Amino acid sequence: MNPALRLQRALQGWVLLGLLSFALLPWYFLQQMSLMDALPGIWAGAETASGWVQSSGHGRPWLWSGLAGLLVCGLAVLVPWTARTQGWLLLLGSLIGLLGLLGSGFAIGATGWVFESLTTLWGVLPTGQYGMGWGAALVLFSLVVLLGAALARLGAFRGDVFVASAVVLCSALLALFVVYPVLRSLVAAWVDDTGAYAWMHLLERVATERVWGFGCVQGAGRCGVAWNTLWLAFITATGTTVMGTLLALWAERGNTRLAKPLNILAMLPIITPPFVVGLGLILLFGRAGLFNQALEWAFGVEPGRWFYGVFGIWLAQMFAFTPIAFMIMRGVVQGVSPSMEEAAQTLRASRMQTFWTVTLPLLKPGLANAFLVGFIESMADFGNPIIVGGQYAVLSTEIFFAIVGAALDPGMAAALALVLTGFALAVFFVQRQVLAGSSFTTVSGKGDAGVAMALPPAVLRVCRSIAGPWLLFTVVVYLFAFAGGFVQTWGRDFTFTLGHFKTAFDVQLGEFGWVFAGTAWKSLFTTLSLSAMAAPICAGLGLLMAWLLARTEFRGKAAFEFSALLTFAIPGTVLGVSYILAFNVSPVELTGTGLVIVLCFVFRNLPVGVRAGTAAFKQLDRSLDEASQMLRASTLTTLRRVVLPLLKPALVAALVYSFVRSMTTVSAVIFLVTAQYELATTYIIGRVGNGDYGVALAYCTVLMLLMSVITWGIQKLVGQRQLGRRTAASTPA
Amino acid sequence: MGIQFKQVTKRYGGADSPLVVQGIDFVVPKGSLTTILGPSGCGKTTTLRMIAGLEAPTGGQISIDGVDVTHLGPSERNVSMVFQSYALFPHMNVIGNVRYGLDVSGVHKTEALERAHKSLALVGLAGYEERLPSELSGGQQQRVALARALVLEPSVLLFDEPLSNLDARLRRSMRDEIRHLQQRLGLTVAYVTHDQSEALAVSDQIIVMEAGRIAQAGTPQDLYERPASAFVAGFMGEAVLFDGQSLADGSVQLGPLRLLPRHPVAPGAVRAAVRPEAWLVGRELAGGEQPAQMLPAQLKQCAYLGSFFELTFETELGPVFVVSPEVERDWRIGQVLALSLPGQGVSVVAV
Repeated sequence: MNPALRLQRALQGWVLLGLLSFALLPWYFLQQMSLMDALPGIWAGAETASGWVQSSGHGRPWLWSGLAGLLVCGLAVLVPWTARTQGWLLLLGSLIGLLGLLGSGFAIGATGWVFESLTTLWGVLPTGQYGMGWGAALVLFSLVVLLGAALARLGAFRGDVFVASAVVLCSALLALFVVYPVLRSLVAAWVDDTGAYAWMHLLERVATERVWGFGCVQGAGRCGVAWNTLWLAFITATGTTVMGTLLALWAERGNTRLAKPLNILAMLPIITPPFVVGLGLILLFGRAGLFNQALEWAFGVEPGRWFYGVFGIWLAQMFAFTPIAFMIMRGVVQGVSPSMEEAAQTLRASRMQTFWTVTLPLLKPGLANAFLVGFIESMADFGNPIIVGGQYAVLSTEIFFAIVGAALDPGMAAALALVLTGFALAVFFVQRQVLAGSSFTTVSGKGDAGVAMALPPAVLRVCRSIAGPWLLFTVVVYLFAFAGGFVQTWGRDFTFTLGHFKTAFDVQLGEFGWVFAGTAWKSLFTTLSLSAMAAPICAGLGLLMAWLLARTEFRGKAAFEFSALLTFAIPGTVLGVSYILAFNVSPVELTGTGLVIVLCFVFRNLPVGVRAGTAAFKQLDRSLDEASQMLRASTLTTLRRVVLPLLKPALVAALVYSFVRSMTTVSAVIFLVTAQYELATTYIIGRVGNGDYGVALAYCTVLMLLMSVITWGIQKLVGQRQLGRRTAASTPA
Repeated sequence: MGIQFKQVTKRYGGADSPLVVQGIDFVVPKGSLTTILGPSGCGKTTTLRMIAGLEAPTGGQISIDGVDVTHLGPSERNVSMVFQSYALFPHMNVIGNVRYGLDVSGVHKTEALERAHKSLALVGLAGYEERLPSELSGGQQQRVALARALVLEPSVLLFDEPLSNLDARLRRSMRDEIRHLQQRLGLTVAYVTHDQSEALAVSDQIIVMEAGRIAQAGTPQDLYERPASAFVAGFMGEAVLFDGQSLADGSVQLGPLRLLPRHPVAPGAVRAAVRPEAWLVGRELAGGEQPAQMLPAQLKQCAYLGSFFELTFETELGPVFVVSPEVERDWRIGQVLALSLPGQGVSVVAV
């Protein structure tokens, strides 16, 4: 079959999919039933009817625009027109469909017109509509693909229909699930209770003493949350950068056998829920903590809550984010070419001089990057401030309390989210600038025969004396976090018990067979299944975007890349607020479902998949793709037969990472959980809120063990694959 | 008619970015081997990738066998390419690599296998079917890449610096093998290289490119003996350029030397490109002696290279680079010798 015919068939298939979905799938969102239950009802009631029936029998004629668009597209692919004619027809059809359906979707709500002006213009609409469901989603999907095909047929994307459709589809997804909710929630900052827009509302909410006050500097009262957030982010970023650099230098250049334990340390924050460190620190320094108890025993000091506050958050964040700085700096230290240092030494520089004049300047962009990443992470952190923050308010927790607290002020939450997003985006822009300007440290593919210089003794001593105790301290904190799950009541009754595990994970043999009687089972199963659903979508979408970014050229690529990595900069709390504000009304009504949690997981962790893919494509010679294309393979075949098999390790890494991050995320989903879909992390937060540390820590222990096993198992699987290749390579032919 | 370029231009980026290829025209006749030669950055690889369809030209027209392929993708042109890095798929064995193109174009399995075997035999690799690319030497990988390209029976075969990853000895035998295969199968080949001796050895036609333009196109003899510009002369034969004067009687005055150019040049200022092997080193001159038709030259440097000497002289024309086969002679730094140009190896171009 020649390529032109193959393309024709594929496009016909997409049109057919759209038409079938229009005719045979329930158009609107099914509130109560599953798709299977609803299918018999597509010819019947307004709840379950298909698009065809909705528009012909239920008084929703605006849905005809979808059918009209699909029919024009059908005409375009019926006979082999010239590329340009087909392109124009497809463009016309897909735009009619998309604009008609999306326009009506946003303009017509459950009770008729959404906007007053439309009511006065066209009169009252007798029937409204619900959120979009299966039928609508699939029709829109096929129309988006056909729009991509139209652009390709008109000559964009070098005529490659697959690339064009992929770009248009990914852009549409990013627009719907990242840009739209974030914008929508930020706009809420301008709206007052009656729904009127005004700059005044924003000013009233943002320009207040509570946000920008200087009370603490003037010696009276507290500082505004904005300053609190920035100050915390600054000290955390500085601390983690310094500590991460010392650790990286020590591990890479100190001639120690630290590499392995440090690698485990680097993995820890990935598999630990973000507040485990905070809990461990509470067990040490909290009111009932060992430190205070010892003080009381020795000196009779009354135990206080001195630990809660900026110092507590800072310490917890240091533990949580130093490994991230370490990973960044380790990469940069490895990237410093040893021959540069050898050159300096042959030019009569001493080791100390080489370190200050060559090694450190080469590390500078890496240091800046580590600092900025620490800054963003600290601002976005929610788990630690809420556990050990005490009276020290930061933006991410304030947003949370504005939504769930007694005030229930979505406008205030949106205004604070605007401030936080502004900060995060500013840092994100600076970080991209720094990374763009640091090309001289990138590792070339060429081998470097040099041997890395050992650290000057003085620097090594500094590394040892600061990073060494730190490592020890980290281990102690984690041990305490583990131990907390095994004692009766921390601080009062240190008897060993498995009671907390029993409360959470009890399994009983009842009259109906095995029953998961523990209180935590439900949230664990929910978390596992939702994360398992999100991980493949996230990894697949991330790798597809990485491929588009690495291997194709198209107009608007910079904007595309920017929005793909944007969710990294959007703090989780903001994303969570955005999702509830944007997706609790039609056309996309998802609040309260498991789907919205899955979507939140997917788009929150998308940058991880994109980055894993980008790193993998850097190692994959571009000429392999080109060779496959030269051998008459289509783009899709090339992806399937050459790129994907070679990318398997990256795919697995992306899968694991997005799965594990979904399991441990808390800030974004804390607004989205319902009684039906409670997650592990929110369950634990709830327990901590009740002062029930034993169960919380027992649950943390189980989570960490579970994720270690999963990560280890999948890595083992990847390792075996590489091993198989090596043994095959050694067999003589 | 094999490949034809009509006023093809290419720029990367927006309309204000510079043209990498600035409107080139050339023809690669069917069944011939044409090399595109030039220094790095001259646009030769871009040109090859435009033939392949991996880059779309900004303007102009490309046709292959009389069909306009300007807007076709690589898989829609009947073209194969051997990459500089070979680009063998590391997760497939040799036979899997070779039959890949047949598989994805829907050729029946047994036929694909048979044709892949034939193609492997053609490059002398029968019996290596089950090996992985990582288990092959550089030369063998090169042959697999060649077999993979040939198996599709393309109307045009492209080579992107195919020998640059091989050592010197292997390079020569591989070069001869490519030429031999091309002549035996009557293939139309476009071949990119920056090595002029490689180009001279394999080509029917050489196209020398300079900064996105074609400096000269012609047979190897044309380019070597009758360079059209100083750049081509310098690039083709490491010739050194001297300023001279063309006289009314058709001869050219070059310092004390007077030569008769092979092609008549208009009177006026000219440049003479003299290849290092054209100089004849004569007897040693006594102090101040100035014989007719001789250029006194003081030896500054000499390097022994086994079968010949490389000598650098200081003369009134400037430094002169000479290759001399007289390995027995006793060269001494500082001695003054008489240089002459007996005729061959000099080309004169107008300024």
